[in-house]
Amino acid sequence: MTLLQRMADVVGLMATPLRPSHYTELVYPLWSSHRLQARVEGVWDETRDARTLTLRPGRGFRVHRAGQHVRVGVTLDGRRMTRTYSISSSPDRDDGCFTITVKTCEGARVSRFLARDVRPGAFLSVELPQGDFCLPDSTPVRPLFITAGSGITPVMSMLRTLALRDRMPDSVHIHYAPRARDVIFGGELERIAAEHPRYRLRCVYTRDGVSRSASYFTAQQLEELCPDWRERDVWACGPQDLLDALGAHFERAGRPERLHVERFTARVAPLSANAIGGTVHFRRSGLETRADGKKVLLRVAEDAGIGAPHGCRMGVCHTCDATMLAGCVRDIRSGREINEPGTRIQLCVCAAAGDVEIEL
Amino acid sequence: MNSNLPTSKRLPVRLSDAEIEEVGRDLDTIQHEIKASLGERDRHYLLRIIALQRRLALASRLVIFASLAFLPRWGHVASGWLPFFVVIGLGTIGLGIAKILENMEIGHNVMHGQWDWMHDPEINSTTWEWDTVCPSDQWKHSHNVIHHTWTNVIGRDRDIGYEIMRVTPEQRWHPVYLLQPIFNVLLALLFEWGVAFHDLDIHGMRGRGKLLPEDRRVLLGIGKKVGRQVMKDYVLWPLFAGPLFFWVLGANAVANLIRNVWAYMIIFCGHFPAGVHVFTEAQIEGETRGRWYVRQLLGSCNIEGGKLFHLMSGNLSHQIEHHLFPDMPSHRYPEAAPRVRALCARYGIPYNSGSLTRQFGTTTGKILRLAFPTRNHAVTTVVG
Repeated sequence: MTLLQRMADVVGLMATPLRPSHYTELVYPLWSSHRLQARVEGVWDETRDARTLTLRPGRGFRVHRAGQHVRVGVTLDGRRMTRTYSISSSPDRDDGCFTITVKTCEGARVSRFLARDVRPGAFLSVELPQGDFCLPDSTPVRPLFITAGSGITPVMSMLRTLALRDRMPDSVHIHYAPRARDVIFGGELERIAAEHPRYRLRCVYTRDGVSRSASYFTAQQLEELCPDWRERDVWACGPQDLLDALGAHFERAGRPERLHVERFTARVAPLSANAIGGTVHFRRSGLETRADGKKVLLRVAEDAGIGAPHGCRMGVCHTCDATMLAGCVRDIRSGREINEPGTRIQLCVCAAAGDVEIEL
Repeated sequence: MNSNLPTSKRLPVRLSDAEIEEVGRDLDTIQHEIKASLGERDRHYLLRIIALQRRLALASRLVIFASLAFLPRWGHVASGWLPFFVVIGLGTIGLGIAKILENMEIGHNVMHGQWDWMHDPEINSTTWEWDTVCPSDQWKHSHNVIHHTWTNVIGRDRDIGYEIMRVTPEQRWHPVYLLQPIFNVLLALLFEWGVAFHDLDIHGMRGRGKLLPEDRRVLLGIGKKVGRQVMKDYVLWPLFAGPLFFWVLGANAVANLIRNVWAYMIIFCGHFPAGVHVFTEAQIEGETRGRWYVRQLLGSCNIEGGKLFHLMSGNLSHQIEHHLFPDMPSHRYPEAAPRVRALCARYGIPYNSGSLTRQFGTTTGKILRLAFPTRNHAVTTVVG
């Protein structure tokens, strides 16, 4: 630790139990170092239901690698919700901003909020960029990109970067969209294709009513659109069905290692009033057990031999709170169901409502 | 009368077991209705209070520094003891108020899990640390677990007289209690220190004559927290005043004192005023949710006052509602209170509410009276 850091730590004690950053953020939210936030600088509708948000992150953010994603937190009805979005801009962008492109869809509250309600000037919480859905830096590759819908976003970051650096490799891009008008970044993709002959764009429109044969992924279609697919590395991002079909295809072809996928599985379990119990997975303990819809999870853990911390056993003291990683539980006092991943739940008053995974 | 129970298990209310459970269900309904309506406006309230508290704390510390410019030694037009003491007094009171808000309306309530529903990683009962010498993890054990689960049960609730005072005739008299009027004043002045050592098993340690690893862990935690707090208020901030070190140190000490005395007063009014009930372990054997609720109702007291008073007490002036619904956001207690009070009236359960003068007066009177031996009462008297 340098002398300067040590001095900063001592001065930081003046704010204990907080940090100086808790006071600087009162002046301007991006001046905080204890949590990352980003200011919405601008919004732009790419299609009818997809919007690009330009975000200026605060201190401590790091430039992403093309293809990485970022977790974005919003507050809806007083509650924090966090979702993951691929960064669609190039890391070479020099104004200190990055963009995410969000498509609204039925039931997705966070995406709907980001694509419809957020105004420039708003602040969102963000985390550092993560993920390894990236092109290798050093080794030359011949990529085949397969994307559908908003799955274009991480690939867009790659294409923009390759175009900016003028290092476009021999690449093929198969993109699925309902109609031409629904292609996110459609105009820019065509421009890149025009300027960089080594980049070949093959759009498949699944609902334009003209080309009835055009459909979702098939082996035959791949053979037609990219006959040399066996010699290429594949980067794919899109709905679960597409990725499943691709996974099966490359498994059969004996080249699963050539397929790189980015999946954003919605880990939000459905709410269902008649779900009674399920499999409970205690992640840290590595134990799995069945539980009915009546037995509280604290008892389930104890019966499985996990010594969980606890206090009042009646939902008062919050000593047994634990993070629910996935699944759905029911608060037996109110009957309210909780399915937001990452929520801290009270084990002594919650029972399984379907399968559930708990950090314990 | 819950007549099918042995005398030792009866609660001092004229209610059957079925009625007690009905009270429990009614209180559950109040709790669920209010919690279901939590949303953006509640979050907005808390964020506003937090921002207000932080601004007030920082501004007050700056005012304390500004006051040094008025010391008579500088010999300018505005200098003199009067302007100096006015300004440093303002800064000190401001800092005291900021500490009260931080400890009571923010810290105490966040650590109860009242705001965990927001899923805000910054404002969470598991990670919040407050501006007192008491480490938050230890406080959550002694307060949330021990006090809130075993409220007013003699031998279990260590908040009854804080293990150094006799606040109910049911505690056996001992000559050491003759000194309790002095203890009482000392506890008021040093309240945060009393709270800091509250989770330490002092009686057990004395009995064993040695430290267990658990005691060591607790002491180490207190030591670390005390170190940081002392460094802040009594070393670093005063150092910025250079030769005027002791003025800033003094102002910070007084601010802590203001908070100590205020917190002591509010908290002593919560469970010790005249008319409050205490319980034996026998009475709570196999306690149902309904009976737990009734015990909280009988063992807690409210203080009446205006909006500002409720805010400054961290809404612990609604101690009854706080004990019924410990993890309901505190600013909703005023909404729950009339419903709880009406429910108590319907079922004939006493609802102990009074002015600060009444509640603090009877508490202090009891502490003075109980310093001396009393004839032992039956543990609880049946009302009516």
